[in-house]
Amino acid sequence: MSELTDLSVAEAAAKIAAGEISADEYDSAWRAAAASDELNAYLWTAEHGGEGEPDWTGDGESAPEGEGEATPYGANPPAPADSGPLAGVPIAIKDIFTTQGIPTTAGSRILEGYRPPYTATAVNKLTAAGARVLGKTNMDEFAMGSSNENSGYGPVLNPWDRGRVPGGSSGGSAAAVAGGLAPAALGTDTGGSIRQPAALCGIVGLKPTYGAISRFGMIAFASSLDQCGPLTRDVTDAALLLSVMQGKDPRDSTSVGIEGGIELPSGVDLKGLRFGVPRELGDAALDAGVRTVFEATVARIEELGGEITEIGLPHAEHGISAYYVIAPAEASSNLARYDGVRYGKRAGGDGDLLEMYEATRSEGFGPEVKRRIMLGTYALSSGYYDAYYGQAQKVRTRIAQDFDTAFEAVDFVITPTSPSVAFGLGEKTADPMSMYLNDFFTVPMSLAGIPAIAIPAGLAAPEGAGEGAPRLPVGFQIAAPAFAEQKLLEAAHALEGALGFAAAVGDAAPWKGGSRG
Amino acid sequence: MIDREQVLHVARLARLRLGEAEVETMAGELSGILGHVDRIANLDLEGVEPTSHVVQLENVLRADEPWTSLPPRVALASAPEPYEGAFRAPSPQADVD
Repeated sequence: MSELTDLSVAEAAAKIAAGEISADEYDSAWRAAAASDELNAYLWTAEHGGEGEPDWTGDGESAPEGEGEATPYGANPPAPADSGPLAGVPIAIKDIFTTQGIPTTAGSRILEGYRPPYTATAVNKLTAAGARVLGKTNMDEFAMGSSNENSGYGPVLNPWDRGRVPGGSSGGSAAAVAGGLAPAALGTDTGGSIRQPAALCGIVGLKPTYGAISRFGMIAFASSLDQCGPLTRDVTDAALLLSVMQGKDPRDSTSVGIEGGIELPSGVDLKGLRFGVPRELGDAALDAGVRTVFEATVARIEELGGEITEIGLPHAEHGISAYYVIAPAEASSNLARYDGVRYGKRAGGDGDLLEMYEATRSEGFGPEVKRRIMLGTYALSSGYYDAYYGQAQKVRTRIAQDFDTAFEAVDFVITPTSPSVAFGLGEKTADPMSMYLNDFFTVPMSLAGIPAIAIPAGLAAPEGAGEGAPRLPVGFQIAAPAFAEQKLLEAAHALEGALGFAAAVGDAAPWKGGSRG
Repeated sequence: MIDREQVLHVARLARLRLGEAEVETMAGELSGILGHVDRIANLDLEGVEPTSHVVQLENVLRADEPWTSLPPRVALASAPEPYEGAFRAPSPQADVD
């Protein structure tokens, strides 16, 4: 692996701005890396295009209808700015973000071949800051999944062990960053879809406060929960991407932005900061190896001057139940738009309209998406609305109140990110409920709308593995009050420095080529 | 807990057509998930305000400024069956009987 791709995004951007390295050489190095993808992390790359897709953005050949035409949302396709805090930095984009003229599928066969007429605000902000679109990453279909096995385009392999999942739903983004195929990536998080794959791949994943970044052009799954965020190798890069993407957007009326913006973190200690450990963690289903790493990390926090306090999150255990009512209910409404009329797949030929709708949706959606649409439609149907949707929304209030109470006593709430390390491909596909429980520690923050970051904290052997089994990354989650991202990033930066995960893993890290072969 | 008839009813509402085997699998899986979800049914949440959205925003109206729309050619570029500047779809007539 070349030296260029060893640089963090912040380091590379600084060197490009100072003229020490060439933006085009840096870009070329990453385009070559992305093109060598053996993990199925990418669905489309700037170097190759998608499978069977001509690279019209490179040479202008086979341009789709509308190419080159001005639209209300900007030029088509968007060109990166020459200067800015990310000038010359290529970034991998989860395929849930619309990119003008570039295929966008959200991991679904129903959107195969779809080329959106506009670009998502988050992506526009990155390119306006000088970033380039490196590729579009694989994901669970419509972001529904925790293993990336629900993609309509095949699963993504974990770069630490290709027999295991990278997590989901931003599995392609996490695998691309951890596998040395992208310097940084965008993901989305509805119940853990940035934080859990970041944890399973040994990188940093940040879910900002709901409303910190515009959702315009982010294909909707559960609108009251969806939020986009960065997946990066370190905390500083996460802060850099957030600083560029945050802000109020007139095209998303739920966007708020972060007052005062975001600066690159410099925290080195945790003096005077109070960290709350939920007492419910004691009884939580958690692999022994993950618990050991969590406890060791708590000890490091104390060494850095942080104070550890026990707090209560009595309703968090009901988070999964509330989430798997609210998210499918919103999804069943949002996914009604895939009807075979305006874009995407159409099936059913010349029958009547209803027949076309049913044929299109039955052929276009995969099993998990159908399951969630069914679940959501049931929960919203006459006679069940109060018992399921109404009750789940009240649980959501209680969970948010639990966090409010906790944050009166502490600055942060800390938990493991995921109950286990990366599991085997196919290990949990037969039982939807066991798959859903992966999100046990990440869903409560999503329901409360508060920011949370996952940082790699150590390695552990999978539960039940024999002596000497290869160890896999374990994530540590830190949650903060709404819009306290700067404080969260400072604390995460200090802890990251003390843990020294990347240095400890050294050349065994997949981004160094360690586990890739 | 969820039977065949309910699955077929919900599938009709959701505009999904399920195969014979899918109906059976779906009934079992939905029953399993709802069995877990039902734990919140018995919580006493009388008087608790439901949360539909975490950001407490007043309804905002944007300024009434002229704003262009997508050019028809661009809007139709991804349509499965564009037809003379419009989206073509099968007739809904057959539904009315």
